[in-house]
Parts: sequence; C-alpha cells; structure tokens
Amino acid sequence: MHPLGQQQSFSNRTIVISCACALLPISFFLALAFGTVSISFSDTLWSLLHSVVGSESASGSSLGSGTDLASRLKLTSRTDLIVQQIRLPRALLAAIVGALLGICGATTQGLFRNPLADPSLIGVTAGASAGAALTIFFAGSLTSLSGLPGLGLVSIGAFIGGSIAVILVYSLATNTQGTSVATMLLAGIAITALAGSLTNILEFFGDEQILRRISLWRMGGLDGASYQRVAIAAVFGSIILVILPRFSTALNALLLGESEARHLGLSVQSIKIKLVLLVAAGVGISVALAGTIAFIGLIIPHMIRLLIGPDHRYLLPISALGGAILLLLSDTIARTIVSPIELPVGLVTAILGAPFFISLLRRRHEFGMR
Amino acid sequence: MTRRLLDIDKVSIRVRGAGKKSRSHSVLVNSVSCHVNAGEVLAIIGANGAGKSTLLNAIAGDIAFTGSITIDGVAEQAKLRARQVAVLPQLSLLNFPYRVSEVVGLARIPHDSGRQRDDEIVQEALTLMDISYLSERLYTELSGGEKQRVQLARVFAQIWQQDDAPNGTRLLLLDEPTAALDLGHQKLLMGAIRELAKHGVAVVMVLHDINLAARYADKALALLCSERLAFGTIEQVITRQNIKSLFDVDVHIAQHPEHNSPVVIGL
Repeated sequence: MHPLGQQQSFSNRTIVISCACALLPISFFLALAFGTVSISFSDTLWSLLHSVVGSESASGSSLGSGTDLASRLKLTSRTDLIVQQIRLPRALLAAIVGALLGICGATTQGLFRNPLADPSLIGVTAGASAGAALTIFFAGSLTSLSGLPGLGLVSIGAFIGGSIAVILVYSLATNTQGTSVATMLLAGIAITALAGSLTNILEFFGDEQILRRISLWRMGGLDGASYQRVAIAAVFGSIILVILPRFSTALNALLLGESEARHLGLSVQSIKIKLVLLVAAGVGISVALAGTIAFIGLIIPHMIRLLIGPDHRYLLPISALGGAILLLLSDTIARTIVSPIELPVGLVTAILGAPFFISLLRRRHEFGMR
Repeated sequence: MTRRLLDIDKVSIRVRGAGKKSRSHSVLVNSVSCHVNAGEVLAIIGANGAGKSTLLNAIAGDIAFTGSITIDGVAEQAKLRARQVAVLPQLSLLNFPYRVSEVVGLARIPHDSGRQRDDEIVQEALTLMDISYLSERLYTELSGGEKQRVQLARVFAQIWQQDDAPNGTRLLLLDEPTAALDLGHQKLLMGAIRELAKHGVAVVMVLHDINLAARYADKALALLCSERLAFGTIEQVITRQNIKSLFDVDVHIAQHPEHNSPVVIGL
C-alpha cells in the first residue's frame, strides 16, 4: 500500500471536481457577457440578478428609491432583453445539452468497453436525426412544430431513431468476446450513411414547407434556443442526468467484461438495455433541440478519464460538468469569432474534436486496441 | 463429515454447427459427471479443445447445458450467488486504466460489508498475490503475469470471508490460473488455493501443468474429446496409460520425493 499514491489520486480527483465546479459558472457567465453586442460584466451580472429577482421588484413597491430603480431599469432594458431573452435560454440550453452529451459519451464508452465509442461516431446521432426528420415529415402537417407538443414529438422521434441506431451498432459489433472497434466504427459509418440517405429522401419528397422545416431544423444548432426548448431539455435532461449515475457501479463492473460483470451478480442484459435506451434518449433530446453536435461525447469523457481514471462514480458526473463547460465555451466562440456572423456550434466542436480524435487513434495501442 | 458442494451429473453441452445448412450440433461436453466436496481442489486436465473451459463456463452459469449441475446451498438471487461463486476467466479483456486496487475492489460489488472492511480485504488479497507494491499502478501498464495476479486477487477478494457467503457455500472456478505465472508465483498461487480449501472453499481449476495438478489438487477430472476419461484421486487419474490416451505422449511416472504425489516425466 502506498499511502502517498492514494493521497495523490484522491487530491487529483478533488482538484478536478473543484475546477469543474468553478469553471461551469464562469463559462456560463462568459456565454452571457460575450456576443455580437458587447455587454460589460457588471451589466451582465446586474441583468442576471434582475431576471432572478425581477418579478419581485416589479410587483413589490416596497423599495424606497423607486424612481432611481426605474431609471436604472430603463437604461438596461436593452441589455435585459439581450441577456434574459436571447443569451440566457441559449446558455441554459447549451449547458444542458453539453451535460447530456458528456454523460452519454462516457456511458457509451463504458458500455462498449471502448474509449472511441462516441454517439456521433457510431451512428446514434445520425439515427436520431433521421428519426426527427421522419417525425417532421409525417407529423409536420398535424402540429405546428414550434410549440411544446411539436418539440416533444420531434424529441420522441429522435429518441426512437437513436435507439434503433445504437441497438443495430451494438448487436453488429458485439459478441461474447466484447466489442470490436473496427466493426463498431464500420457499423457506425453504415448506420450514419443509411440514416443520412433516409433524411435526404424525405427532403427530396417533402413539399416546400416540410423541406424548409427539415433543413431549418437540421441547421438548427443552439440559435433556436427558447425557454420552451430549455423547459423540455431541463425536464428530460435532468431525469437522464439523475438516472445514469445510478449505473456507475454496473458500468465499472462491465469494463471487466460482460461475463465477469454477471459473475459479480449483475443482471447484465437488462442493465445493457436500460443504458442503451437512456443514451438514445439523451442523444435524441440533444439532437432534437440543438441539432448535431459532434465530438463532445468523445473528448470530454476521455479527458476526464485521463485526469481521474475510469471510475464511473466520478467519471459520469464530471463528464456532465465538462460537457456543459465545453459546449458553453464553444458556443461563445461560435457566436463571437466572426461576429456578427454566427458559426454553427457543431463546426467549432468538430474543429476542436477532430484533431483530438486523430491523436487518440494514433495512440490507440495505449488502450489495448488493435 | 464431508459436504458435497458441487455435483455435476451427466452434463452435456452442444453448440450449433458453424455451417448454416448443417443442422448438426457439435458436442463440446458429452455426459460428464463428477463432484467436488467443500475443502477440495479439483483439477480438470486434458488436451486443447477437450471441453475443459466449456465445462467450467457451464458451472459458472454462462452457457446452456443438459444434465444437472448442483451447487449445495447456492443462493437464487444473483447478488448473493456472487458472494458464493467466483470465476477467473481464461482471458481478461480489461483495457481501461483502472488502478490495481480499483480492479481488486470491483470484487466487493456484491458485498455490503462496508467501505473500510472492503479496503482491508482488497489489501489482504493484494498481499496474498504479492502485488501490494503495484496497488496504485495502472492495470493497463502491467505485464501479463502481473495482470493475471491482479485478476486472481480480484476473484479471491470476491469470496474472501466464509461469513459473507450465504450458507457458507464458497466455490472458486479458475480457468488456467497459472498460464502467465512464473515458477515462484505458481507456487504462491497454489499455496493460496490450498489455504482457501482449508477454509472450506471448493476449487475447480483447469490446468495444463499435470505436475502442478498432481502436487496440489485432491482430485482430477480427465477429459478426452468431450468425454470423461477418468475421475478420481490424483493417483487414479494420473497414470501412464491415461496420459498416453490424453496427450498421445509416452511418459514415466515417478514419485515426488517429499509428497508422494505422482510426478510426470516427459520425454
């Protein structure tokens, strides 16, 4: 026993957790402060405080210096509009979607026992997109897809599409010996191609309105953020973010292998099914609300694992935090780097993620992969 | 008073043939019977592909079989069963950078003995397998033999205490546990297995080293082409004739100078 080693890894974990907890509010605040219109930090903070206590101060006339406050309110009404109505929902959506992508990536990698398994690489994201496009195509005439029920419907479609994709890839790539990386990535390519062509066919046959809807949604990204989307993301996202960490121990045992996990008393088959469905739901929701955002589910769990090791009890929650931070920062970059033009946030994450993925592939022998 | 802990009665295991059109089933294990008492070590010997690992997997509950495999006092619930039966697979696929102590700690998942007691057991199991100095190293950086000792420490930690096992039933299944080990650690492992047996654990292990089996096992089961060639005490099973049938080699059987166990001297 090396008490020093134990100490070191423990403090390492503590440092990473505290850093993540500190970085999340900072990146959230940056996302509110930066944009096409530059708003000073103090004004952002003021407006943010407003949005929290705004209703109280508006209704309650108990404040003595009422006129003073009113003038201040008038001065900052434009700031309030930008921060509260545009940037705040967008930042909230980015944080929730990022957290979902991070935790779903970590779960997928544990489930496949493979650090290269990212939802966007193994076809889940494409499957979810196809599912959402199908929903728009067939249900678009029934409901206006902008409202809550419409968004919910598209989310369910994305969830079903993602589930089918992940089940197909998993059953193609996994046998009793475990999951083959090569087969998994190839199956991912096949599913992505299949799902992509399905979406294209729908666009081809759809009338102008449906075509417009699908392509608008496809470009989607976080710029469509609204409090409605935030509400859906918050409800489903928090369910997934709460349930997934309950599988930490099971995922830890699954890394040993499926039969080993079974010998440790786990009902592997049902755990696998539940995890697949939760991941598909998480990815499906994020695709439905924010479009395709690649690589967050790959980069974040991998970085966190390098820092604190593969113990899912810590890996899952910190991956969620890390995903939220990365997506907030990426979106802030996407909005500001060539302002006033906005880059799609998926572009920024891909530019960050692709080189990272290539470096992982080059060092794949370190993960015992061929 | 001996307690028959594991009873295998006419167990057969078939898998569907590889060819799609041929409905033929290939028989991996054909009507094999044997039994192991609590506190006994059974060695399964035989040539490659004789069905040794398949039989072990069937005992572990991983594959379907006909016939009956009875573990005395075994729990219904999977979590409780995991406190009774530990399995070391032939090949470990773990390729995530766990620390060694974490890998061994996974063995305590089915237990509710508390964090502190679990940590103690992990440290004791590490010491038993002579890997306490590797405790904080990453599993992925270890050599084959070191990995094997970590996995062994893990299965030992899973059934460490008699009190944790419902009905006091403890069964240890090892598939080629000595495969990657050097001579010194082979002896260390066999000593640890004997120690567990002394405390009432029934051990079934697949071994290729006949002399290790002869020296440390109480009984042997010899499988030849999916069928039982011999089952009984070491002296009954490890004979010149049986070795000739099993491996098609002529050997000389001598007696161990200290332990009276048979020693197989090859060509």
